[in-house]
Amino acid sequence: MRLLLLAITLVLPVWAAAQQENPAAVYEFDSRSQEVRFQNLLEELRCPKCQNQNIIDSNAPISKDMRERVYLMMQEGASNEEITNSLVARFGEFVRYKPKLESRTLLLWATPVLAVLIGVLVVGGVFIRSRRHGAQAAELSDEEREKASRALSNYDSDASR
Amino acid sequence: MKRLVLFVPVVLVVVLGVVLFAGIGKDPNHLESVLIGKPVPAFSLAALKQPGQSLDSSVFQGEVSLLNVWGTWCPACRDEHDDLVWLARERGIPIIGLNYKDKREAAMAWLDTLGDPYRLNIFDPEGRLGFDLGVYGAPETYVIDSKGIVRYRHVGPVDEKVWQQDLEPVVRKYREQG
Repeated sequence: MRLLLLAITLVLPVWAAAQQENPAAVYEFDSRSQEVRFQNLLEELRCPKCQNQNIIDSNAPISKDMRERVYLMMQEGASNEEITNSLVARFGEFVRYKPKLESRTLLLWATPVLAVLIGVLVVGGVFIRSRRHGAQAAELSDEEREKASRALSNYDSDASR
Repeated sequence: MKRLVLFVPVVLVVVLGVVLFAGIGKDPNHLESVLIGKPVPAFSLAALKQPGQSLDSSVFQGEVSLLNVWGTWCPACRDEHDDLVWLARERGIPIIGLNYKDKREAAMAWLDTLGDPYRLNIFDPEGRLGFDLGVYGAPETYVIDSKGIVRYRHVGPVDEKVWQQDLEPVVRKYREQG
């Protein structure tokens, strides 16, 4: 009984997910590569209404309109660039999930590189400094050596007591 | 010098705090329209009340007007309707309606029962002009200057506060420019 329940709970979500149809499947294409291209384009376009979804995941009416537009433009032989630009011209840069590299987005693109660079500098600095520190500490002056052996012999005699 | 270095994390945290704090309360749904400063996209669509009459972007020529995108299926449009009627009747603001993805009979019945604040209505059942305008959720209200250039977009219902704070200053500015 338990096993059956377990099986049902495991299978049900998978089945439910399979039932949810892919909106891209509504459209017909001449070739598989066209379909893949369509799918990829939709994944890179962001829905202006439901802002954290691309237009393939979103079922907002505006996403449907945008999918329709992408499909029609593809049928007319437009390039990916042209299709994206036509949507950007209407809805703004916002609809690009991959922002263009330009002066306004430079910081956005450069931040990860800068962060890694700063990290390397900090870690490198700490490392070099500790090495230099370690090298200095290894060399004791005669006075220090004497002090140390005195302390150690004291310790030894204390311990043997 | 070494002491100063110790303050670096504090400074970073404060800067981050200021940046994040500035973001609080900003509406993430607010998108700048790409069309600001550009003419209303070309269109040729029927008038809502006179199906035989074809309208194009010349309807925006001559005086500063509001373009209001609405539909009977949109609850927020119902909210703002009384305010639009007030704007048209009390303030004499020319409002041009874009009846967006709607049914003609439903839209006509709505105007009959609730009052008609519009100079005229562009009937756009497929949302073609809406798409070219970048409409992503009704209601939206645009300020169009006397030459047919889009000057401002407000997304969401218009009420007295929105009118006074956002729309009226823009309308006044472009009226003065003629």
